[in-house]
Amino acid sequence: MSSISQNAPGKVALLMGNEAIARGALEAGVKVCAAYPGNPSSEIIGTLAGVADEMGLHVEWSVNEKVALEVAAAASLAGLRGLCAMKQNGLNVASDFLLNLNLTGTRGGLVVVVADDPAGVSSSNEEDSRIFAKLGDLPLLEPATIQEAKEMTREAFSLSEKLGLPVMIRSVTRVSHARGNVSLDELPQSGPKPGFDLSQPRCAFPALPNHRLLHERFQRAKEMSEESPFNFYRGPERPDLVVITSGSGYLYSLEAAINLKIEERVGILKLGMTWPLPEAFVLGYLREAGNFLFIEEVDPFLENNVKELFAQNCFDIGVKRFHGKADGMVPDVGELNPEIVTAAMENLLNVRHLPRPENYSRIAREAAAGLVPARALGFCAGCPHRATYWAIKLALALDGRNGFVLGDIGCYSLGMGPSGFAQMKTLHAMGSGVGLACGFGQLERFGLEQPVVAVCGDSTFYHAAIPALINARYNGANFLLLLLDNNATAMTGFQPHPGTGLTATGDKTPVIDLRAICEVFGASVEVVDPFDVESTVEMILRMIRTEKGVHPVRNPNCCNLELSETSNQKMEKGEIISNGVKVLILRRECALVSAKRQKKLFRIEVDQERCLGEACGCNRLCTRIFKCPGLMWDQATGRARIDEAICTGCGVCTEICPASAIRKEAA
Amino acid sequence: MFLPKDPFNVIIGGVGGQGNVLASQILGETLVAQGYVITIGETYGASQRGGSVMSHLRISAKNPFSPLIPEGQGDLLVALEPVEGLRILAPYGNPNIMTLLNTRPIHPIEVISGDADYPEVSKVIATIKDLSSRIWTLNATEIALEMGDSIFSNIVMLGALSSIQVLPIDRQTFQSVIKELLPSRTIEENMSAFDRGRAEVEEVTKNKPVSSRGGGEN
Repeated sequence: MSSISQNAPGKVALLMGNEAIARGALEAGVKVCAAYPGNPSSEIIGTLAGVADEMGLHVEWSVNEKVALEVAAAASLAGLRGLCAMKQNGLNVASDFLLNLNLTGTRGGLVVVVADDPAGVSSSNEEDSRIFAKLGDLPLLEPATIQEAKEMTREAFSLSEKLGLPVMIRSVTRVSHARGNVSLDELPQSGPKPGFDLSQPRCAFPALPNHRLLHERFQRAKEMSEESPFNFYRGPERPDLVVITSGSGYLYSLEAAINLKIEERVGILKLGMTWPLPEAFVLGYLREAGNFLFIEEVDPFLENNVKELFAQNCFDIGVKRFHGKADGMVPDVGELNPEIVTAAMENLLNVRHLPRPENYSRIAREAAAGLVPARALGFCAGCPHRATYWAIKLALALDGRNGFVLGDIGCYSLGMGPSGFAQMKTLHAMGSGVGLACGFGQLERFGLEQPVVAVCGDSTFYHAAIPALINARYNGANFLLLLLDNNATAMTGFQPHPGTGLTATGDKTPVIDLRAICEVFGASVEVVDPFDVESTVEMILRMIRTEKGVHPVRNPNCCNLELSETSNQKMEKGEIISNGVKVLILRRECALVSAKRQKKLFRIEVDQERCLGEACGCNRLCTRIFKCPGLMWDQATGRARIDEAICTGCGVCTEICPASAIRKEAA
Repeated sequence: MFLPKDPFNVIIGGVGGQGNVLASQILGETLVAQGYVITIGETYGASQRGGSVMSHLRISAKNPFSPLIPEGQGDLLVALEPVEGLRILAPYGNPNIMTLLNTRPIHPIEVISGDADYPEVSKVIATIKDLSSRIWTLNATEIALEMGDSIFSNIVMLGALSSIQVLPIDRQTFQSVIKELLPSRTIEENMSAFDRGRAEVEEVTKNKPVSSRGGGEN
């Protein structure tokens, strides 16, 4: 039994930050939880989904973050406690609703957890979501430890109910994806019965009185911020330096002070409720000390807010020195780490810490620089996306008109790199490839000759691409949409989505079929298996032809692929799929999902006699160009071979070898 | 067994897909079961897509520490892949660090494509040995493949870790932890992977150089 759902007060469990947030919500008696998956937030709802049945919750993967927030808010408006989780980009999607919900207020506790990804390790940006709390006058909590992640989540529900406002919790990767000991508390046994209070409509309009009411609530939040147990000071009475920090910065600061042996000189003002700023509490320390360092991820949120407070009070408290992102003491982009914090303290207090002998550092770094090869991210062995991008590359090369691929967010974003043969040329928000294609698809009349291709994953399609597809059909945009259907939200941990026939809690639900959706909007739709490389190339070629004159295949001999007679004839005769938006669904399950269920499809072997190595003339197509990690280049023999520890047996490489040296047999 | 120092800092490193994160979770749970305060920092996102992956474990008798180990302060390195071990020693190593190494390489795309070379494994081991106070090796991937699936290599490594007597990991606690974390049908195979690792790990000393079995292949 998972410790998440154990009613065992005092028990200590090793929890991931996201699990601790889930546990905090359970201890608060949450009833409705909704999210769209996004790293580093995904495990919050994943964990709650796993215990939903035994705990009597409704937990769902919603189609996108805005709908997720609306679902959780409905619980709140009916008097139940609701939780919505998302990553930083997700808050942009949900913000339209959030910035009206603050005006109508909430009833049952509503907690919005946003897990930010400093440095954008698995994101397209590293935006700091805290600015939304300020924008919407919403209370904001920032956990610093795993234990605190649980405590804060539980308290956030009470705070929300006292204020009648949604409460934001801003986590970061180093909290959400860290693990630590968590002491569990009691789980509540019962909850209220839901009902919508007809005497209290929730309409944001008219804005003015609601805005006034919001400010009244915000004033009460300020009082609560002053009393919050999550704000505290740790350090000497007369510090030479006060570090003002929140979230992951707290433990870095604490450890840096210990390692530098300056605990007697440095005070740490750790803020947990960071908006509204606990002004009186912070002012007390501003008065007493002269030197301040801000340690926070990503933007100077505390830094600017405290400086505002200082400006308002400087006449009374005198001149102060502030260090942080503004003066370059701390980098203004990227993730914090112990070295950044240590270096800032060293600079400000003129101390030095040598964690290891300098000659060891030098030798170790030189040895690594000389011997260790780079290791870029790439598609997994057996990933259908590699086959898809291979087919795109061949089709666009054969076509010869410089067609280009507009992309968006998912594992297939790696299509911009070597693993996807650098085919993907744009990357912005969820669904943006299709939206951009709506625009590029109108430019033919101005002389654009290049074929326009968009790629979009299955889960992303439901999340954000459907309006763009409708727009394409409505306004007559001309492009090919490739739907990369791997039957999972693979990038975030294989969560189900409306096309999988399963809910977050594993219950069966009707499949909302990709093909049917596209057809109902009038798009021409075809389906192929990307592992069938030849058919995929032909289909892409046919679908990027347009009515405006037949474009012959300009580079028929540019790659090692013979198009079938019929397909070539059809194209020569101009028999093409009509203009407008065309959809090709590339359907093949994520290799990691299939590996959980079944063993390898094929046993793959490189025939060492048939492989001609560098003498072949193929320029080592399999390894130098195709680059599947399941292949190896054997330096000693000068031949390709299979790495049996990595190969998943998809068999795609057998189709690309011009010497037919790579062979597959049923495993 | 007492901690040699507090916090005691362990880094488990390897390549996405090798089970790095699961290994750190199992190790963490095993230590929490014995009363330690653990903080683990993990690299996600890239973890299943062939990039370098690292988990940091801070083991303390009393306090949580930050999920990232400060540079130069690793105490034990568990490397699931040779060059990944060396990659980690560059920032985190120090003359006292101990290393447990899986000698089986996984070639990066850069090596597969011919844009970079994979160094000779014996040279990597010798370099790691020079940078460590002690080093133990085994070919955990080969053992796992002999068992039928490379997926067991992380558990083979945890078995090896239990036998080198640096951390208090006993077989029984390990077994109860994996019963909580892994599907029940896999427990028996995972326990034999653990036992193979325990049996086959060898310390590389001045008198006893890298064995052919431990030397891996390149």
